[in-house]
Amino acid sequence: MIAHSIFFYFFSFVAIISAIMVTASKNTVHSVFFLILDFISISCLFIMIGAEFLGMIMLIVYVGAVAVLFLFVVMMLNVAQQKNQWFLSKSSSSHIPIGLIISSIIFFELIIVVGGWKYKPDLINSSNTSLNNEISNTHSLGQVLYTDYIHIFQISGMILLIAMIGAIVLTFRQREGVKKQSYVKQISRERSEGVEVLEVASNKGVRIDD
Amino acid sequence: MTEIGLGHYLTLGAIIFTIGVIGIFLNRKNIIVILMSIELILLAVNINFVSFSIYLNDLSGQVFTLFILTVAAAEAAIGLAIIVVYYRNSGTIRVEDIDELKG
Repeated sequence: MIAHSIFFYFFSFVAIISAIMVTASKNTVHSVFFLILDFISISCLFIMIGAEFLGMIMLIVYVGAVAVLFLFVVMMLNVAQQKNQWFLSKSSSSHIPIGLIISSIIFFELIIVVGGWKYKPDLINSSNTSLNNEISNTHSLGQVLYTDYIHIFQISGMILLIAMIGAIVLTFRQREGVKKQSYVKQISRERSEGVEVLEVASNKGVRIDD
Repeated sequence: MTEIGLGHYLTLGAIIFTIGVIGIFLNRKNIIVILMSIELILLAVNINFVSFSIYLNDLSGQVFTLFILTVAAAEAAIGLAIIVVYYRNSGTIRVEDIDELKG
């Protein structure tokens, strides 16, 4: 139990510090690195608390895909030139106290909710997806994910497909001067426009139009 | 203090959520950091879901965390694509310079 609390405080401390650094660091690349650190420590917490599958999926999806995507975009967009101070710009600094006030209000509301919540004692018995300690976490997730939640699962697959199509459509652009193979042109070519039979007069040669 | 309960995890989720909100409000650098703050907020929601799922002994929270993960990945992909297109068109992604909607 002591080890559990020590690990919890360590990982949550790392997570909070790196979350602060995500928003506060001057360099955007450093922000992405701290985001990766944040995801890693939170997935360690998930694994520690007993949700191993979600911890591993967090590592794969966030650290392996999303954070690398962020990193690619940050490096492609050349935002290092636009390096800018945190809290800068006197011209539009009027929203900073309002933002701080709203954030602190949200935080205190959340803390009040955490301190005062109760659930009905018969809530657990009404659930039909209770945890089973005899089979592994991945096994039990698979048992409900492909039976009870199959429609939501397929809809999330559709969301991923639409996101993929949308990202491709948004960033796709036709460039000038790039030679490409056009299948339609190739197939619709007729013999008459490709080959021409010429009468060649002797000693004159043929002039080829280009 | 040494017994880690549900309240500890919920407090952690609240702190990370608030840091994400502060990052959205006070960000002056570029939109990518705002997207990262949104990822932080979704991460805090995931922490809440998973800790409730474990401590209330119900698997539904973990299933919904999986779906939140899916939606977060799709949102990050679309958002970054929009940022790339905007940068290509206007040459900047600083928050202060993006004022074409006059909001």
